[in-house]
Amino acid sequence: MRTTGRQLLLITILGWGVALLLFFPIFWMVLTSFKSEVAAIEVPPRLLFTPTLESYAEVQARADYLHFALNSVIVSVGGTVLALALGIPAAYAMAFHPTRRTRSTLLWMLSTKMLPSVGVLVPIYLLFRTFGLLDSRAGLVVIYALMNLPIVVWMLFTFFKEVPGEILEAGRMDGARTGAEFWHLLLPLTVPGIASTGLLSLILCWNEAFWSLNLTSSEAAPLTAFIASFSSPQGLFFAKLSAASTVAVAPILVFGWLSQRQLVRGLTFGAVK
Amino acid sequence: MATLELRDIRKSYVAHEVIKGVNLDVADRDFVVFVGPSGCGKSTLLRMIAGLEEITSGELLIDGKRVNEVGPADRGLAMVFQSYALYPHMTVRQNMGFALRMAGIAKAERERKVAEAARILQLEPYLDRRPKELSGGQRQRVAIGRAIVRNPRIFLFDEPLSNLDASLRGQMRIELARLHQELDATMVYVTHDQVEAMTLASKIVVLQAGKVEQIGSPLELYHHPANLFVAGFIGSPRMNFLEARILGADGGGVRVALRSGAEIVVPAAMGGAQAGGTATLGIRPESLRPDPEGPIAGEVRLAERLGGLTLLHVTLAGGEPLVVQIEGGDRTGAREPIRLAVDGAACHIFDESGQALPALERHPLAA
Amino acid sequence: MSSTAIAPPAAPAAQDRSRTRSTLPLIAPSVGVLLLWMIVPLVMTLWFSFQRYNLLNPEVGGFAGFENYEFLVTDPDFWASLTNTLVLVGSVLVITVVFGTLLAVLFDQPFPGQGIARVLAISPFFVMPTVSALVWKNLMMHPIYGVLGVLARAVGMEPVDWFAEYPMAAIIIIVSWQWLPFALLILLTAVQSLDHEQKEAARMDGAGPVAQFFFITLPHLGRAISVVVMIETIFLLTVFAEIFVTTSGGPGNATTNLAFLIYARALLQFDVGGGSAGGVVAIILANIVAFFLVRSIARRLEV
Repeated sequence: MRTTGRQLLLITILGWGVALLLFFPIFWMVLTSFKSEVAAIEVPPRLLFTPTLESYAEVQARADYLHFALNSVIVSVGGTVLALALGIPAAYAMAFHPTRRTRSTLLWMLSTKMLPSVGVLVPIYLLFRTFGLLDSRAGLVVIYALMNLPIVVWMLFTFFKEVPGEILEAGRMDGARTGAEFWHLLLPLTVPGIASTGLLSLILCWNEAFWSLNLTSSEAAPLTAFIASFSSPQGLFFAKLSAASTVAVAPILVFGWLSQRQLVRGLTFGAVK
Repeated sequence: MATLELRDIRKSYVAHEVIKGVNLDVADRDFVVFVGPSGCGKSTLLRMIAGLEEITSGELLIDGKRVNEVGPADRGLAMVFQSYALYPHMTVRQNMGFALRMAGIAKAERERKVAEAARILQLEPYLDRRPKELSGGQRQRVAIGRAIVRNPRIFLFDEPLSNLDASLRGQMRIELARLHQELDATMVYVTHDQVEAMTLASKIVVLQAGKVEQIGSPLELYHHPANLFVAGFIGSPRMNFLEARILGADGGGVRVALRSGAEIVVPAAMGGAQAGGTATLGIRPESLRPDPEGPIAGEVRLAERLGGLTLLHVTLAGGEPLVVQIEGGDRTGAREPIRLAVDGAACHIFDESGQALPALERHPLAA
Repeated sequence: MSSTAIAPPAAPAAQDRSRTRSTLPLIAPSVGVLLLWMIVPLVMTLWFSFQRYNLLNPEVGGFAGFENYEFLVTDPDFWASLTNTLVLVGSVLVITVVFGTLLAVLFDQPFPGQGIARVLAISPFFVMPTVSALVWKNLMMHPIYGVLGVLARAVGMEPVDWFAEYPMAAIIIIVSWQWLPFALLILLTAVQSLDHEQKEAARMDGAGPVAQFFFITLPHLGRAISVVVMIETIFLLTVFAEIFVTTSGGPGNATTNLAFLIYARALLQFDVGGGSAGGVVAIILANIVAFFLVRSIARRLEV
């Protein structure tokens, strides 16, 4: 593209303007979390102030952050690993050994994802109660794996589809049977795809707030529940709310930033050819 | 020793037949080239030999043994793919050794074979590089090396040079010919490029729409094409086809009249053709020469000067186009009237169904 | 050719057939658990929807016939929730796709600090819905202390009490803020995959930037847009947390979508039967949407 100096300036201002605008609520949240409660509701708000950690201390005193964070890590990683373990073989089979039913199977899997969770909340709640899974991490892991399985299978399927057929045929000519083909050729070729699928699944699990709010209370409650407990404060405690929000979001946000290149590359769902 | 036999090989997808009964004998050390326009089924045929496509019916024999049901890795074949299909995450060394590793061959033996193949292909400096660090020609050689280390009974090539630029293609062509001699191997090669076919093959199989049009040595196909399709496909620039009428035959051959009235005697037998019937006269551009006394008259529309030789695009009096290949030093240019002479012995007559009338004598180089 | 060729086949196994047979165990687990995940709750939901079943009134029970459905369709809240669901999904889709496309084109241009700007712009995607809803409700949209209110007063306007006056718009803004980065991510990759020669050819043909966008870029994005629409719809149909922590469906039923209605019936009023009837309706609605979406996607994506 030929860009004149003026156009470049315009684009730079627009690009940064939009980026800062979109990021502003997060920035403001972090900023407020370092204010005292009084400073937080000052009108007009001040950008320069003496930062304090008192809100963080109070949040920690009211609810054990690490307990919730640990739950978030366990259920997110657990759900993702389980979904990948189920999804990789299925996506592999559908991508490389398609049958007449493959297409409809895949679309059916996706359509289960459109089933609103809320439509099945009551029976799942009752089933969980019956089997003693309410407020258990194991229960949430299973739910998260099932919830993300269709998306995981679909993403993996599109990645596997991108592997050039001739490479696998070369492998077959070279004597690689199904197992060897998978370990020596397919897995190394699709590690980036599997990684970005896992990343997306982790993010979705971490931020999931329907099942975690409805199926957990204290023991297995992840950070989404932690934060919800600050949603109806007696009076307005902006600084505390911001501090709690910041610690709930920070891990996945930093993780997301670090892995965004990987995620951007993978998050195409086969939409880019 | 490796021979390959195809016995009425057919391939259908659902109700659609794409390979319509191919018979072929490939002798040991043959270099067989499948040519044809895209979609003629040449790649499918090769993949059936490789075992990558199921054979719908017919028999495939390697060294006299039926291998229809044998998996691709167990047929003792190696294949070089059009995209090279190198494993991007492996080094050149690992790429070439992969098949041996899969076959459970000891590491020392593997190393020895890879080193040997690398020596033959001059790949030694690149053994620890990955494919993406190599040039197109080097990748091509790795793909060939991967085939060589397996010491296959038959090498299969699927348009291996089509991704290279023109000069590299010429170079690799020579290298392939050298390899064929050095390895003493049987090779089956697919291409749509008739120059590759002519220069590499000991035997060319011309395919069209899933059927074999003709099998023969390159010069056999050039001098004695069996039909219009082969005549038009083999040879560059392409053979000229002129409408003609068969006047009759005598000891000297078949006499035909062109639309302009010019008469030419071609040393061929009548075969199934009838006197008075219409036919097509085939004249290669290199068989025509300017001659003020020549029987064919026309006007030069365009002169393509290639340096060493010139191609004249001529429009005949009757309106038919004709290409003539002349010496590069000739001054004949566009918009000039021209008369052309032709040696009847270098012409071909095709009957109404497009089949060539049998030549009275075989060309000495195409016996 | 020497005679040390690779060992001839030991067992001429019918490889192709054994391969297709061997894939069933690979697919079966996924299909199996999804089938269970779908069928069991579906059947239970259907069953409960025909029952009198209230967790607060265990002694009242038995077959209810279409009572729960009757109660549901005569309840104005239900129709409001249906409308709210469609308004929410539709608005967010339009906003995220339109702005996502424009931003994708913007971020496709090189400018200083582009990488960091892009990271900032996609950050909302990583923020959990509960947090973004709370931050927007309190820090941004609070009529007195919120940033928007402060800004409004600064330019001499009356601050808007978003959740009292325009509750649905507030929810739409929050949800769009969360999903815009997702649309941007996918559309940006798609824009970047556009062949530059195509654009150059269009320029040679005299197309200005605007014409290039409409005639080259936009058609190229068709596939990516349909993917965005499909994935977002999946999630937007079931928006819950944002409503749960901000309006609780109110004021009145202004922001009650179907998901929240069922939640309120079943777990706040403990009316399992009524909640299940709502669930059945939600499932039917989802299937209608799924039918159209899957059909259009299937057309666009070669699977």
